[in-house]
Amino acid sequence: METFLDKVNERIGNVPIQRCYHCRKCTAGCPVTFAMDYNIDTIIKMIQMGKEDEVLNSSTIWLCASCETCITRCPNEVDIARMMDVLREMAIESGVRIKEKNILKFHEAFLSSVKMGGRINEPLMIVDYKLKSGDYFSDMAMGISMFMKGKLTLFSPRTKDMKSVKKIFEETKK
Amino acid sequence: MKVSYYPGCSLHATAKEYDQSVRAVSGALGIELKEIEDWSCCGASSAHMTNFKLSVALPARNLVSAEKDGLNMMMVPCAACFNRFKTAQFYLKRDEKLRIETENIVGEEYKGSIEVKNPVDFIFNEIGLDTLNKKVTRKLSGLKPVSYYGCLLLRPPEICEFDNYENPYMMDAIMKILGAESRPWSYKTDCCGGSLTLGKTEIVVHLVDKLMRMAKEAGANCLVTACPICMANLDMRASEGMRLPAFYFTELIALAMGVGGPDKWFKMHNVDPRPLLDSLGLI
Ligand code: SF4
Ligand code: SF4
Repeated sequence: METFLDKVNERIGNVPIQRCYHCRKCTAGCPVTFAMDYNIDTIIKMIQMGKEDEVLNSSTIWLCASCETCITRCPNEVDIARMMDVLREMAIESGVRIKEKNILKFHEAFLSSVKMGGRINEPLMIVDYKLKSGDYFSDMAMGISMFMKGKLTLFSPRTKDMKSVKKIFEETKK
Repeated sequence: MKVSYYPGCSLHATAKEYDQSVRAVSGALGIELKEIEDWSCCGASSAHMTNFKLSVALPARNLVSAEKDGLNMMMVPCAACFNRFKTAQFYLKRDEKLRIETENIVGEEYKGSIEVKNPVDFIFNEIGLDTLNKKVTRKLSGLKPVSYYGCLLLRPPEICEFDNYENPYMMDAIMKILGAESRPWSYKTDCCGGSLTLGKTEIVVHLVDKLMRMAKEAGANCLVTACPICMANLDMRASEGMRLPAFYFTELIALAMGVGGPDKWFKMHNVDPRPLLDSLGLI
Protein backbone atom coordinates (compact mmCIF):
# COMPACT_ATOMS: atom_id res chain seq x y z
CA MET A 1 0.00 0.00 0.00
CA GLU A 2 1.19 3.49 -0.81
CA THR A 3 2.06 5.29 2.40
CA PHE A 4 1.65 8.99 3.11
CA LEU A 5 5.43 9.30 2.77
CA ASP A 6 5.33 7.67 -0.70
CA LYS A 7 2.59 10.01 -1.84
CA VAL A 8 4.43 13.10 -0.68
CA ASN A 9 7.73 12.00 -2.25
CA GLU A 10 6.07 11.15 -5.52
CA ARG A 11 4.47 14.55 -5.82
CA ILE A 12 7.60 16.45 -4.87
CA GLY A 13 9.43 14.52 -7.60
CA ASN A 14 12.83 15.39 -6.18
CA VAL A 15 15.13 13.85 -3.59
CA PRO A 16 13.11 11.76 -1.13
CA ILE A 17 12.51 13.60 2.12
CA GLN A 18 13.93 10.77 4.21
CA ARG A 19 17.35 12.05 3.14
CA CYS A 20 16.77 14.48 5.99
CA TYR A 21 19.04 13.72 8.95
CA HIS A 22 17.33 16.22 11.24
CA CYS A 23 20.08 18.77 11.60
CA ARG A 24 17.27 21.36 11.91
CA LYS A 25 19.03 23.93 9.83
CA CYS A 26 15.74 24.48 7.97
CA THR A 27 13.85 25.21 11.16
CA ALA A 28 16.62 27.46 12.48
CA GLY A 29 16.62 29.58 9.33
CA CYS A 30 12.88 29.71 8.71
CA PRO A 31 11.52 33.22 9.35
CA VAL A 32 8.11 31.96 10.40
CA THR A 33 9.08 29.19 12.85
CA PHE A 34 7.94 31.35 15.77
CA ALA A 35 4.35 31.28 14.55
CA MET A 36 4.14 27.63 13.44
CA ASP A 37 2.50 24.83 15.38
CA TYR A 38 5.12 22.23 14.34
CA ASN A 39 8.74 22.80 13.40
CA ILE A 40 9.64 22.00 9.81
CA ASP A 41 11.81 19.00 10.62
CA THR A 42 9.02 17.76 12.89
CA ILE A 43 6.67 17.84 9.90
CA ILE A 44 9.14 15.61 8.04
CA LYS A 45 9.22 13.18 10.95
CA MET A 46 5.41 13.19 11.11
CA ILE A 47 5.20 12.38 7.40
CA GLN A 48 7.52 9.43 7.95
CA MET A 49 5.32 8.28 10.80
CA GLY A 50 2.25 8.43 8.58
CA LYS A 51 0.51 11.17 10.56
CA GLU A 52 -1.39 12.39 7.54
CA ASP A 53 -4.29 14.08 9.32
CA GLU A 54 -2.10 15.99 11.76
CA VAL A 55 0.19 17.22 9.01
CA LEU A 56 -2.60 18.29 6.65
CA ASN A 57 -4.38 19.94 9.58
CA SER A 58 -1.35 21.89 10.74
CA SER A 59 -0.92 25.63 10.55
CA THR A 60 2.72 25.15 9.52
CA ILE A 61 1.87 24.24 5.94
CA TRP A 62 -0.11 27.47 5.50
CA LEU A 63 2.26 29.78 7.33
CA CYS A 64 5.22 28.82 5.15
CA ALA A 65 5.93 31.98 3.18
CA SER A 66 7.77 30.18 0.36
CA CYS A 67 10.93 32.13 0.99
CA GLU A 68 13.00 29.08 -0.04
CA THR A 69 15.58 29.62 2.71
CA CYS A 70 15.18 26.02 3.86
CA ILE A 71 15.96 24.34 0.53
CA THR A 72 18.79 26.77 -0.13
CA ARG A 73 20.50 25.78 3.10
CA CYS A 74 19.57 22.13 3.55
CA PRO A 75 22.74 20.01 3.36
CA ASN A 76 20.74 17.19 1.79
CA GLU A 77 18.80 19.13 -0.84
CA VAL A 78 15.47 18.32 0.74
CA ASP A 79 13.04 20.59 -1.12
CA ILE A 80 10.93 21.66 1.81
CA ALA A 81 9.42 24.67 0.03
CA ARG A 82 8.08 22.34 -2.67
CA MET A 83 7.00 19.89 0.04
CA MET A 84 4.92 22.66 1.65
CA ASP A 85 3.26 23.37 -1.72
CA VAL A 86 2.47 19.66 -2.11
CA LEU A 87 1.06 19.42 1.42
CA ARG A 88 -1.19 22.43 0.80
CA GLU A 89 -2.46 20.87 -2.41
CA MET A 90 -3.13 17.62 -0.57
CA ALA A 91 -4.92 19.43 2.25
CA ILE A 92 -7.21 21.16 -0.25
CA GLU A 93 -7.92 17.94 -2.13
CA SER A 94 -8.58 15.84 0.96
CA GLY A 95 -11.15 18.29 2.29
CA VAL A 96 -9.66 18.40 5.80
CA ARG A 97 -10.45 21.40 7.94
CA ILE A 98 -7.94 24.04 6.84
CA LYS A 99 -6.17 25.45 9.87
CA GLU A 100 -5.35 28.89 8.46
CA LYS A 101 -8.53 29.64 6.56
CA ASN A 102 -7.76 33.25 5.72
CA ILE A 103 -4.55 32.38 3.95
CA LEU A 104 -6.34 29.95 1.65
CA LYS A 105 -9.10 32.53 1.15
CA PHE A 106 -6.51 35.05 0.08
CA HIS A 107 -5.14 32.62 -2.53
CA GLU A 108 -8.66 31.88 -3.76
CA ALA A 109 -9.49 35.56 -4.08
CA PHE A 110 -6.22 36.17 -5.90
CA LEU A 111 -6.69 33.34 -8.39
CA SER A 112 -10.33 34.10 -9.05
CA SER A 113 -9.31 37.65 -9.91
CA VAL A 114 -6.81 36.30 -12.45
CA LYS A 115 -9.43 33.95 -13.84
CA MET A 116 -11.86 36.83 -14.26
CA GLY A 117 -9.64 39.43 -15.90
CA GLY A 118 -6.35 37.76 -16.75
CA ARG A 119 -4.63 40.22 -14.45
CA ILE A 120 -5.08 41.12 -10.82
CA ASN A 121 -7.37 43.99 -10.15
CA GLU A 122 -6.12 44.82 -6.67
CA PRO A 123 -9.17 46.69 -5.26
CA LEU A 124 -11.60 44.05 -6.48
CA MET A 125 -9.34 41.27 -5.26
CA ILE A 126 -9.11 42.84 -1.81
CA VAL A 127 -12.88 43.31 -1.60
CA ASP A 128 -13.37 39.70 -2.65
CA TYR A 129 -10.88 38.55 -0.01
CA LYS A 130 -12.63 40.65 2.64
CA LEU A 131 -15.99 39.15 1.75
CA LYS A 132 -14.57 35.62 1.79
CA SER A 133 -12.67 36.02 5.05
CA GLY A 134 -15.09 38.29 6.92
CA ASP A 135 -12.09 40.46 7.83
CA TYR A 136 -13.72 43.72 6.75
CA PHE A 137 -12.01 46.49 8.59
CA SER A 138 -8.27 45.92 8.80
CA ASP A 139 -6.32 48.03 6.33
CA MET A 140 -9.35 50.19 5.52
CA ALA A 141 -7.54 53.49 6.17
CA MET A 142 -4.52 52.31 4.24
CA GLY A 143 -6.67 51.26 1.33
CA ILE A 144 -8.34 54.66 1.18
CA SER A 145 -5.00 56.45 1.31
CA MET A 146 -3.61 54.30 -1.51
CA PHE A 147 -6.71 54.96 -3.52
CA MET A 148 -6.22 58.70 -3.09
CA LYS A 149 -2.62 58.38 -4.23
CA GLY A 150 -3.80 56.81 -7.43
CA LYS A 151 -2.26 53.45 -6.65
CA LEU A 152 -5.46 51.48 -6.60
CA THR A 153 -7.24 52.03 -9.85
CA LEU A 154 -10.63 50.47 -10.38
CA PHE A 155 -10.32 50.09 -14.12
CA SER A 156 -6.94 48.71 -15.02
CA PRO A 157 -6.49 47.20 -18.49
CA ARG A 158 -7.22 43.51 -18.66
CA THR A 159 -6.00 40.66 -20.80
CA LYS A 160 -7.94 40.65 -24.05
CA ASP A 161 -7.66 37.01 -25.00
CA MET A 162 -9.53 35.71 -21.96
CA LYS A 163 -10.36 32.44 -23.69
CA SER A 164 -6.76 31.30 -23.39
CA VAL A 165 -6.63 32.25 -19.70
CA LYS A 166 -9.89 30.45 -18.93
CA LYS A 167 -8.58 27.40 -20.76
CA ILE A 168 -5.48 27.34 -18.53
CA PHE A 169 -7.67 27.36 -15.43
CA GLU A 170 -9.97 24.66 -16.81
CA GLU A 171 -7.24 22.31 -17.86
CA THR A 172 -5.09 22.58 -14.78
CA LYS A 173 -8.02 21.92 -12.47
CA LYS A 174 -7.75 18.48 -10.93
CA MET B 1 19.35 47.39 -26.95
CA LYS B 2 15.83 46.08 -27.29
CA VAL B 3 14.38 43.71 -24.71
CA SER B 4 11.04 42.17 -23.94
CA TYR B 5 9.26 43.66 -20.92
CA TYR B 6 6.83 42.04 -18.51
CA PRO B 7 5.45 44.57 -16.02
CA GLY B 8 3.08 42.22 -14.17
CA CYS B 9 -0.01 43.20 -12.21
CA SER B 10 1.49 45.02 -9.26
CA LEU B 11 3.49 47.40 -11.47
CA HIS B 12 0.18 48.62 -12.83
CA ALA B 13 -1.19 49.27 -9.35
CA THR B 14 0.55 49.36 -5.96
CA ALA B 15 4.00 49.48 -7.57
CA LYS B 16 3.32 52.13 -10.19
CA GLU B 17 6.39 54.10 -9.21
CA TYR B 18 8.52 51.01 -9.86
CA ASP B 19 7.13 50.62 -13.39
CA GLN B 20 7.55 54.31 -14.15
CA SER B 21 11.07 54.48 -12.76
CA VAL B 22 12.17 51.31 -14.59
CA ARG B 23 10.84 52.78 -17.83
CA ALA B 24 12.48 56.16 -17.21
CA VAL B 25 15.84 54.68 -16.26
CA SER B 26 15.78 52.20 -19.13
CA GLY B 27 15.07 55.01 -21.58
CA ALA B 28 17.96 57.05 -20.21
CA LEU B 29 20.30 54.05 -20.41
CA GLY B 30 19.37 53.24 -23.98
CA ILE B 31 17.30 50.16 -23.27
CA GLU B 32 14.19 49.87 -25.40
CA LEU B 33 11.40 47.96 -23.66
CA LYS B 34 8.89 46.03 -25.73
CA GLU B 35 5.93 45.20 -23.50
CA ILE B 36 4.70 41.63 -24.00
CA GLU B 37 1.63 41.47 -26.16
CA ASP B 38 -1.59 40.90 -24.19
CA TRP B 39 0.23 39.58 -21.11
CA SER B 40 -1.59 37.94 -18.24
CA CYS B 41 -0.81 37.41 -14.55
CA CYS B 42 1.98 34.93 -13.69
CA GLY B 43 -0.07 33.49 -10.81
CA ALA B 44 2.44 34.76 -8.22
CA SER B 45 2.54 32.86 -4.94
CA SER B 46 -1.07 31.86 -4.95
CA ALA B 47 -0.78 29.56 -7.97
CA HIS B 48 2.26 27.59 -6.86
CA MET B 49 1.06 27.42 -3.29
CA THR B 50 -2.09 25.64 -4.33
CA ASN B 51 -1.71 24.23 -7.87
CA PHE B 52 1.64 23.36 -9.45
CA LYS B 53 0.47 22.93 -13.06
CA LEU B 54 -1.31 26.27 -13.00
CA SER B 55 1.87 27.88 -11.68
CA VAL B 56 3.76 26.67 -14.75
CA ALA B 57 1.06 27.27 -17.37
CA LEU B 58 0.39 30.92 -16.44
CA PRO B 59 3.99 32.09 -16.96
CA ALA B 60 4.28 29.83 -20.01
CA ARG B 61 1.47 31.72 -21.73
CA ASN B 62 3.50 34.93 -21.42
CA LEU B 63 6.81 33.35 -22.38
CA VAL B 64 5.24 31.99 -25.55
CA SER B 65 3.85 35.43 -26.37
CA ALA B 66 7.25 37.05 -25.75
CA GLU B 67 9.06 34.49 -27.91
CA LYS B 68 7.03 35.64 -30.89
CA ASP B 69 8.81 39.01 -30.78
CA GLY B 70 12.09 37.27 -31.49
CA LEU B 71 14.00 39.05 -28.72
CA ASN B 72 16.34 36.98 -26.60
CA MET B 73 16.04 38.72 -23.28
CA MET B 74 13.12 39.64 -21.08
CA MET B 75 13.18 42.12 -18.24
CA VAL B 76 10.94 41.32 -15.27
CA PRO B 77 11.14 43.96 -12.53
CA CYS B 78 8.79 42.31 -10.02
CA ALA B 79 10.82 39.82 -8.00
CA ALA B 80 7.78 37.58 -7.52
CA CYS B 81 7.04 37.42 -11.25
CA PHE B 82 10.76 36.95 -11.94
CA ASN B 83 10.82 33.98 -9.60
CA ARG B 84 7.74 32.41 -11.20
CA PHE B 85 9.12 32.82 -14.72
CA LYS B 86 12.48 31.33 -13.79
CA THR B 87 10.79 28.44 -11.96
CA ALA B 88 8.49 27.69 -14.89
CA GLN B 89 11.46 27.72 -17.28
CA PHE B 90 13.41 25.45 -14.97
CA TYR B 91 10.68 22.81 -14.85
CA LEU B 92 9.77 23.11 -18.53
CA LYS B 93 13.38 22.44 -19.49
CA ARG B 94 13.82 19.56 -17.11
CA ASP B 95 10.53 17.76 -17.57
CA GLU B 96 9.59 16.90 -21.14
CA LYS B 97 6.20 15.48 -20.17
CA LEU B 98 5.29 18.68 -18.36
CA ARG B 99 6.44 20.75 -21.34
CA ILE B 100 4.21 18.85 -23.77
CA GLU B 101 1.28 19.03 -21.39
CA THR B 102 1.82 22.76 -20.88
CA GLU B 103 2.09 23.41 -24.62
CA ASN B 104 -1.25 21.68 -25.07
CA ILE B 105 -2.84 23.80 -22.37
CA VAL B 106 -1.38 27.04 -23.71
CA GLY B 107 -2.04 25.99 -27.28
CA GLU B 108 1.37 26.94 -28.61
CA GLU B 109 4.93 25.73 -28.82
CA TYR B 110 7.34 26.75 -26.07
CA LYS B 111 10.86 27.24 -27.41
CA GLY B 112 12.69 28.27 -24.26
CA SER B 113 14.58 30.89 -26.26
CA ILE B 114 14.33 33.82 -23.87
CA GLU B 115 16.57 34.64 -20.95
CA VAL B 116 14.63 36.16 -18.07
CA LYS B 117 16.45 38.84 -16.09
CA ASN B 118 15.56 41.21 -13.31
CA PRO B 119 16.67 44.85 -13.69
CA VAL B 120 19.31 44.68 -10.93
CA ASP B 121 21.16 41.98 -12.83
CA PHE B 122 20.42 43.69 -16.11
CA ILE B 123 21.83 47.06 -15.14
CA PHE B 124 24.83 45.54 -13.38
CA ASN B 125 25.80 43.04 -16.08
CA GLU B 126 24.35 44.22 -19.40
CA ILE B 127 24.68 47.98 -18.97
CA GLY B 128 27.60 47.97 -16.58
CA LEU B 129 28.68 50.25 -13.78
CA ASP B 130 30.97 52.33 -16.01
CA THR B 131 28.15 53.37 -18.29
CA LEU B 132 25.95 54.08 -15.29
CA ASN B 133 28.70 56.12 -13.68
CA LYS B 134 28.98 58.36 -16.73
CA LYS B 135 25.28 59.15 -16.53
CA VAL B 136 25.23 60.15 -12.86
CA THR B 137 24.88 63.89 -12.66
CA ARG B 138 24.23 64.28 -8.95
CA LYS B 139 25.78 62.10 -6.24
CA LEU B 140 23.36 60.97 -3.56
CA SER B 141 25.68 62.02 -0.73
CA GLY B 142 24.37 61.47 2.75
CA LEU B 143 21.94 58.80 1.71
CA LYS B 144 22.75 55.64 3.64
CA PRO B 145 20.64 52.80 2.34
CA VAL B 146 20.76 49.14 3.28
CA SER B 147 20.12 47.03 0.20
CA TYR B 148 17.27 44.66 0.82
CA TYR B 149 17.08 41.84 -1.72
CA GLY B 150 14.53 39.63 0.00
CA CYS B 151 13.83 36.06 -1.11
CA LEU B 152 12.43 35.91 -4.56
CA LEU B 153 15.32 37.31 -6.59
CA LEU B 154 17.77 34.86 -5.11
CA ARG B 155 16.22 31.62 -4.06
CA PRO B 156 16.46 28.84 -4.85
CA PRO B 157 19.87 29.68 -6.34
CA GLU B 158 19.89 27.03 -9.06
CA ILE B 159 16.66 28.54 -10.42
CA CYS B 160 17.24 32.27 -9.91
CA GLU B 161 20.90 32.29 -11.00
CA PHE B 162 21.55 35.50 -9.10
CA ASP B 163 25.17 36.13 -8.11
CA ASN B 164 26.16 35.43 -4.56
CA TYR B 165 22.83 34.38 -3.10
CA GLU B 166 23.85 34.46 0.57
CA ASN B 167 25.60 37.81 0.36
CA PRO B 168 24.43 39.59 -2.79
CA TYR B 169 26.26 42.77 -3.74
CA MET B 170 24.91 44.05 -7.08
CA MET B 171 22.40 46.52 -5.66
CA ASP B 172 25.00 47.70 -3.12
CA ALA B 173 27.48 48.31 -5.93
CA ILE B 174 24.88 50.27 -7.90
CA MET B 175 24.14 52.40 -4.82
CA LYS B 176 27.83 53.21 -4.41
CA ILE B 177 28.04 54.37 -8.03
CA LEU B 178 25.16 56.73 -7.29
CA GLY B 179 27.19 58.20 -4.45
CA ALA B 180 25.04 56.68 -1.73
CA GLU B 181 26.78 55.16 1.25
CA SER B 182 25.44 51.64 1.11
CA ARG B 183 25.59 50.14 4.62
CA PRO B 184 26.59 46.54 5.21
CA TRP B 185 24.11 44.49 7.23
CA SER B 186 23.19 40.87 7.86
CA TYR B 187 19.59 40.96 6.75
CA LYS B 188 19.92 41.42 2.99
CA THR B 189 18.05 38.26 2.14
CA ASP B 190 15.78 37.78 5.15
CA CYS B 191 12.13 37.26 4.32
CA CYS B 192 9.52 40.01 4.88
CA GLY B 193 6.62 37.57 5.00
CA GLY B 194 5.64 38.25 1.39
CA SER B 195 2.22 36.99 0.53
CA LEU B 196 1.11 36.61 4.16
CA THR B 197 0.48 40.35 4.21
CA LEU B 198 -3.32 40.12 4.02
CA GLY B 199 -4.00 36.68 5.46
CA LYS B 200 -1.60 36.94 8.40
CA THR B 201 -0.66 40.57 8.87
CA GLU B 202 0.74 40.22 12.40
CA ILE B 203 3.53 37.91 11.17
CA VAL B 204 4.54 40.45 8.53
CA VAL B 205 4.58 43.29 11.07
CA HIS B 206 6.88 41.23 13.26
CA LEU B 207 9.29 40.52 10.37
CA VAL B 208 9.30 44.06 8.99
CA ASP B 209 9.88 45.59 12.43
CA LYS B 210 12.92 43.37 12.80
CA LEU B 211 14.25 44.54 9.42
CA MET B 212 13.76 48.18 10.38
CA ARG B 213 15.47 47.68 13.73
CA MET B 214 18.44 46.00 12.09
CA ALA B 215 18.69 48.61 9.33
CA LYS B 216 18.88 51.36 11.96
CA GLU B 217 21.43 49.42 13.93
CA ALA B 218 23.54 49.23 10.77
CA GLY B 219 23.45 53.02 10.54
CA ALA B 220 21.06 53.23 7.60
CA ASN B 221 18.65 56.10 7.02
CA CYS B 222 16.61 54.26 4.38
CA LEU B 223 16.14 50.92 2.63
CA VAL B 224 16.34 50.11 -1.04
CA THR B 225 14.65 47.19 -2.77
CA ALA B 226 13.84 45.69 -6.16
CA CYS B 227 10.64 43.91 -5.20
CA PRO B 228 7.10 45.31 -5.06
CA ILE B 229 6.07 42.87 -2.34
CA CYS B 230 9.06 43.76 -0.16
CA MET B 231 8.36 47.42 -0.87
CA ALA B 232 4.69 47.16 0.05
CA ASN B 233 5.57 45.45 3.32
CA LEU B 234 8.45 47.78 4.20
CA ASP B 235 6.42 50.85 3.29
CA MET B 236 3.18 49.90 5.01
CA ARG B 237 3.67 47.26 7.66
CA ALA B 238 6.28 48.62 10.07
CA SER B 239 4.97 49.76 13.44
CA GLU B 240 4.90 53.42 14.24
CA GLY B 241 8.24 54.65 15.54
CA MET B 242 10.06 51.91 13.61
CA ARG B 243 9.67 53.30 10.12
CA LEU B 244 12.42 54.24 7.71
CA PRO B 245 11.65 55.31 4.15
CA ALA B 246 12.12 52.69 1.46
CA PHE B 247 12.91 53.17 -2.23
CA TYR B 248 12.87 51.15 -5.40
CA PHE B 249 16.48 51.11 -6.56
CA THR B 250 15.41 52.52 -9.93
CA GLU B 251 13.89 55.59 -8.25
CA LEU B 252 17.31 56.38 -6.81
CA ILE B 253 19.05 55.80 -10.13
CA ALA B 254 16.61 58.23 -11.75
CA LEU B 255 17.26 60.77 -8.99
CA ALA B 256 21.03 60.53 -9.45
CA MET B 257 20.78 60.72 -13.23
CA GLY B 258 18.53 63.75 -13.06
CA VAL B 259 15.80 61.95 -14.98
CA GLY B 260 12.36 63.48 -14.48
CA GLY B 261 9.84 61.65 -12.34
CA PRO B 262 11.10 61.18 -8.77
CA ASP B 263 8.97 63.98 -7.28
CA LYS B 264 5.89 62.30 -8.70
CA TRP B 265 6.90 58.85 -7.40
CA PHE B 266 7.99 59.81 -3.88
CA LYS B 267 4.51 61.25 -3.24
CA MET B 268 3.05 57.79 -3.71
CA HIS B 269 5.02 56.27 -0.84
CA ASN B 270 3.28 55.63 2.43
CA VAL B 271 6.38 56.59 4.44
CA ASP B 272 7.21 59.90 2.82
CA PRO B 273 10.92 59.93 1.85
CA ARG B 274 10.92 63.63 0.97
CA PRO B 275 11.84 65.01 4.42
CA LEU B 276 14.97 62.83 4.43
CA LEU B 277 15.93 63.77 0.87
CA ASP B 278 15.21 67.39 1.58
CA SER B 279 17.39 67.37 4.71
CA LEU B 280 20.26 66.03 2.59
CA GLY B 281 19.69 68.61 -0.11
CA LEU B 282 18.84 65.96 -2.67
CA ILE B 283 15.48 67.32 -3.78
S1 SF4 C 1 17.97 21.22 6.84
FE1 SF4 C 1 17.54 19.41 5.60
S2 SF4 C 1 18.57 17.74 6.66
FE2 SF4 C 1 18.46 19.45 8.10
S3 SF4 C 1 16.56 19.05 9.26
FE3 SF4 C 1 16.03 20.38 7.56
S4 SF4 C 1 15.38 19.01 5.93
FE4 SF4 C 1 16.49 17.80 7.42
S1 SF4 D 1 10.12 28.25 2.43
FE1 SF4 D 1 8.62 28.10 4.05
S2 SF4 D 1 9.41 26.50 5.39
FE2 SF4 D 1 11.10 27.14 4.07
S3 SF4 D 1 12.18 28.66 5.29
FE3 SF4 D 1 10.72 29.75 3.99
S4 SF4 D 1 8.87 29.99 5.22
FE4 SF4 D 1 10.16 28.43 6.20
